[in-house]
Amino acid sequence: MATVDLAPRATDLSRRRPHRERKPGEKPFGPGRIIAFAILLLLAISWLVPFLWAVDTAFKSESDAASADQSWIPAGGFTIDAFTKILAAGNVPTWGFNSLVTSVLITAITVAISALAAYAFSRLDFAGRKWLYPVIIAAIIIPPQVLIIPLFYEMLALNLVDTYAGLILPQIVAPAMVFILKKFFDQLPIELEEAARVDGASRFRVFWSIVLPLSRPILASVAIFVFIGAWNNFLWPFLIINDTTLMTLPVGLQTVISAYGVQYAQVMAQAVLAALPLIVVFLIFQRQIIKGVATSGFGGA
Amino acid sequence: MTTATITGRSVANATTATRPRELSRRPRRRENLAGWAFLAPFAIAFAAFLLIPMIIGLYLSLTDQSLAGAGGVFVGLQNYAEALTDGDMWRSLGNTAWFTLISTIPLVALALIMAVLVEQGIPGQWLWRLSYFMPFLLASTVVSQIWIWIFNPQLGAANGLLTSLGLAPVSWLQDPNTAMWSIVIATVWWTVGFNFLLYLAAIQNIPAQTYEAAALDGASTWRQVWSITLPQLAPTTVLVVMLQILASLKLFDQVYQMTLGTGGPGGAVRSIVEYIYDSGFTGYRLGYSAAISYVFFAIVVIVSIAQFRVTRAASRRNG
Repeated sequence: MATVDLAPRATDLSRRRPHRERKPGEKPFGPGRIIAFAILLLLAISWLVPFLWAVDTAFKSESDAASADQSWIPAGGFTIDAFTKILAAGNVPTWGFNSLVTSVLITAITVAISALAAYAFSRLDFAGRKWLYPVIIAAIIIPPQVLIIPLFYEMLALNLVDTYAGLILPQIVAPAMVFILKKFFDQLPIELEEAARVDGASRFRVFWSIVLPLSRPILASVAIFVFIGAWNNFLWPFLIINDTTLMTLPVGLQTVISAYGVQYAQVMAQAVLAALPLIVVFLIFQRQIIKGVATSGFGGA
Repeated sequence: MTTATITGRSVANATTATRPRELSRRPRRRENLAGWAFLAPFAIAFAAFLLIPMIIGLYLSLTDQSLAGAGGVFVGLQNYAEALTDGDMWRSLGNTAWFTLISTIPLVALALIMAVLVEQGIPGQWLWRLSYFMPFLLASTVVSQIWIWIFNPQLGAANGLLTSLGLAPVSWLQDPNTAMWSIVIATVWWTVGFNFLLYLAAIQNIPAQTYEAAALDGASTWRQVWSITLPQLAPTTVLVVMLQILASLKLFDQVYQMTLGTGGPGGAVRSIVEYIYDSGFTGYRLGYSAAISYVFFAIVVIVSIAQFRVTRAASRRNG
């Protein structure tokens, strides 16, 4: 596992100035830099335009959106009709609420149980640790897609189809996060913990009051990574939830593709509304999110 | 308070110092208890939602269990025998392999280009990061809806662009020859930002002194990129390629959503995961579908082992 070295290192990717200053003798606007700038700009436009086009369509009337003469500025002017209709239908807010509740719960439970397990593997010498850890690490290789059939069968037997529990529980097992957290705990100086133990602090007390505060950055990274994954997860929620009132945003959107098939402005308005929360969160926490994805990414993907 | 602590500590020290091994059984048991208490929540979830399903899946794959509840008779390896002669399964495997090949190349190359150029310190850092990474934060459904709209043969922006360039319009997702490329375009747009971030992190870990020394020797920027940045990024590239191959093999969301569950014209883009879904949830054949799941799992394991061998060989070569 060569991924080991890269995982726990916290690199600040969002600094405005990269570490490399301009080299001596390099012109501020040499031809090389102009070409580089042009390529970056072309790529940025190609990456922004699809999304901006979706936003633009969402603000058109249905007749303008479906007109043969497509342009950025619609003949009939901009309107928020599509958004009003979608919000009046009432499903999108419900789905957004379901997404929020389930993603927060999945994140909280995953981080909590993974951190506890990682600490046990890092610091506690208990029977079974030697063979159990490799088993859990080996399980990183299992794609969730392989489990959908037996998991669904299990959920049918447990009567958890169409419940929050059935949606959440299979998503809380993240062996890769145990791996990342254990690597991080291994690096922490053990002296502090030993001193506290000598003072009579319990194992849990040491974990809660010493280890967790020292681990805030890595816990945040893992939490961000898990949250994005849970918020956007499609396959499992799509299988386990049939009740419209329990659907998450990604699943709910899929069910109405056919219903609103030709109402392009409304389909785009839904897409934009579904995308909005995470984009706003990203704009606010850009630094932490970029760092979190980069640090957890090697272990988590 | 201070004295109490000091006393407590010295007592504890004395205890451990004077009685080294005699009592080792009791602390040992307590350590076991603590260890299992910390591990229990994860271990239970791991067993219930990963280990047991793996075993159930293996068992199901040996039966003719139906989703409707019927069947469940042990049929031995019959499902596997059927899978190996199932043209649709091979077709979906072929589609998945083809997608993996033609998506991995741009997903790695573009990410590398983006990261290297952004790291040249060109103004607009905030904009570059935002625009390349933002699509990664969108749910697959949102991505699919946006691209279904862009690829709309009559009204879509893609054909608008082609006709404005004087080219003939294309049917994109509705044409078996272009459907897979449409999926690849949407996928590259969606996930390249993730690889971009991994590269960005790796570039920033290259020590600045390496560049300073090269600059003093009069090496140009492009020379430095070519002779320092790219070689230093070789191990990262190996990792990114591996992660990307494994991610591409799991293709499902975009294909299912952008073809509305049909697998595209003539099944041209049906992936292996979609075939698992189709045989289990549309065809109701849980047993057969579980067998295909295990075939897919075997492929993932083989690819992972091959990758592990490659990295180990590479790291040994680098000393």
